[in-house]
Amino acid sequence: MSNEPKIDLDEVQRIATLARLKLAPREAKEIATNLGDILKYMGQLNEVDTRGINPTSHAIALPTKYRADVASTGMPTTKVLRGAPERIGDGFGVPKIVE
Amino acid sequence: MNYEPVIGLEVHAQLRTKSKLFAPASTTFGASPNANTSEICLGMPGVLPVLNDHAVQLAVRAALGLNCTVHQRSQWSRKHYFYPDLPKGYQISQYDRPIATDGHLKINLESGEKIVRIERIHMEEDAGKNVHDSAITGNRSYVDFNRAGIPLVEIVTKPDIHSPEEASTYMKALRQILRYLWVCDGNMEEGSLRCDANVSIKPIGQKELGTRTELKNINSFRFVSQAIQYEILRQAEVLDRGEKVTQETRLWDSQAKMTRSMRSKEEAHDYRYFPDPDLPDLILEEKMISEIRTHMPELPAEKILRYTQELELSEYDAFVLCEDADVAEFFEAAINRHHNSKTIANWVINDVLRAIKGQPLSALSFSGEDLGTLVSLIDNQTISGKIAKDVFQQMLATGENPEQIVESKGLKQLTNQDEIESIIDDILTKNPENIDKYKAGNTKLLGFFVGQVMQQTSGKANPKLVNELLQKKLS
Repeated sequence: MSNEPKIDLDEVQRIATLARLKLAPREAKEIATNLGDILKYMGQLNEVDTRGINPTSHAIALPTKYRADVASTGMPTTKVLRGAPERIGDGFGVPKIVE
Repeated sequence: MNYEPVIGLEVHAQLRTKSKLFAPASTTFGASPNANTSEICLGMPGVLPVLNDHAVQLAVRAALGLNCTVHQRSQWSRKHYFYPDLPKGYQISQYDRPIATDGHLKINLESGEKIVRIERIHMEEDAGKNVHDSAITGNRSYVDFNRAGIPLVEIVTKPDIHSPEEASTYMKALRQILRYLWVCDGNMEEGSLRCDANVSIKPIGQKELGTRTELKNINSFRFVSQAIQYEILRQAEVLDRGEKVTQETRLWDSQAKMTRSMRSKEEAHDYRYFPDPDLPDLILEEKMISEIRTHMPELPAEKILRYTQELELSEYDAFVLCEDADVAEFFEAAINRHHNSKTIANWVINDVLRAIKGQPLSALSFSGEDLGTLVSLIDNQTISGKIAKDVFQQMLATGENPEQIVESKGLKQLTNQDEIESIIDDILTKNPENIDKYKAGNTKLLGFFVGQVMQQTSGKANPKLVNELLQKKLS
């Protein structure tokens, strides 16, 4: 198909906001070009005729793999919090969240 | 103008499992922060989710109990958003191919029976919990990931609900059935059952729906109806002013008793769902579904029918006993011990339920079997009904079994005719003037004599026998 996917600067800024990223205008321009190229590349898939083929949800057809409902001891809290940028008690300290 | 509300509910129910949906960490409520986590819950690099089989069985049971079509193939999707409570940056959920669709739940309204259609049920994992308490956290918040990965089903209705009362009745009926199915403990305070409501209004008679708002945080039956009531009135005022309702997420503030806009959530409304490459499709064998179908527990409506028809209880009694799955189970344990359903039903309704005053039955220190034994002691004339009430109080206080209490306190009923007769003779000799009055027509004095006998025997004399013997002697 010929409709070339384009990403405008507004779209880039919106995605950046959702991803909690701050972009300088120059960066946004560069990313818009890069994302546009990626979409164009992926867009080649649209050339394949998929009429009559069931949508694929997984590359390998695997049966459902289950585990039994058994609880094990959790990871020690000190280990859990080792990577926390900030600790508040036994919690991960983060910027204030009030809804 | 007069408006007609149109309401759809989305209920999140925590499945009753020991471990999380994709990880072996525990689901126990009340653990200290971040004690129940694992590499998988925390979204560490390189981990893979492995599905909890029991969670799937519970989801299928919920779907069958709500008359849904269970799909033998469904799909796991990633729902993306960036928020501190979501360590992976996505939630594993089901999107366009949920585990079940097209069900319904019957609810009983004052105006009669109503069917609320269920659009879909899907499985997903819960997020962590953001805690903000300025006394502890100051100008920051902290995140507790104990809830992250806990298995949930989300049950979504069609917009079939038309009043706050219908909404809270639906919630109650849904909670009841999920508790009966042993799918969810229904504990709203602990967050095991949570409700969001989509509310819109339209002029009466108009076909197309109005703009809806989504209400969050309505986690009690009372809040469900209060929040919806508030939102209906708020939207009516907006429309009456000639303005438009904004489609948005609103939070119920139970302190201020109002809903307010949650702008922070609005921006995040682009979830970029796609199939989770870590998880193959969820494929359910027909055999597994039919196995669950044949082992479905008896549901409230069936139970009420059985109680009225086979046990010959009144509809009211059957309804009260079946309102809560635990109460019904308690009652059945009692009648299995002693087959006197009517008397036991009365004891459960008048004594047990009154004693626990709305607390969960698990707070009780004795079992249904113990209550059955107590009633059997009355029926085989070991104790009188009046003494039984005292024994019951003792059971409540100490949890001792009724036979023990009767034995240790010497409460056995006096049924020996000679013994009672000699007590009666003694009392009659001491009260000649009352005998005369009785014989002169003051028959109320029989009560006086019965009372005297009871006093002499500390209430243990068989009342029926005392009455008979007294009447014979006084005639």
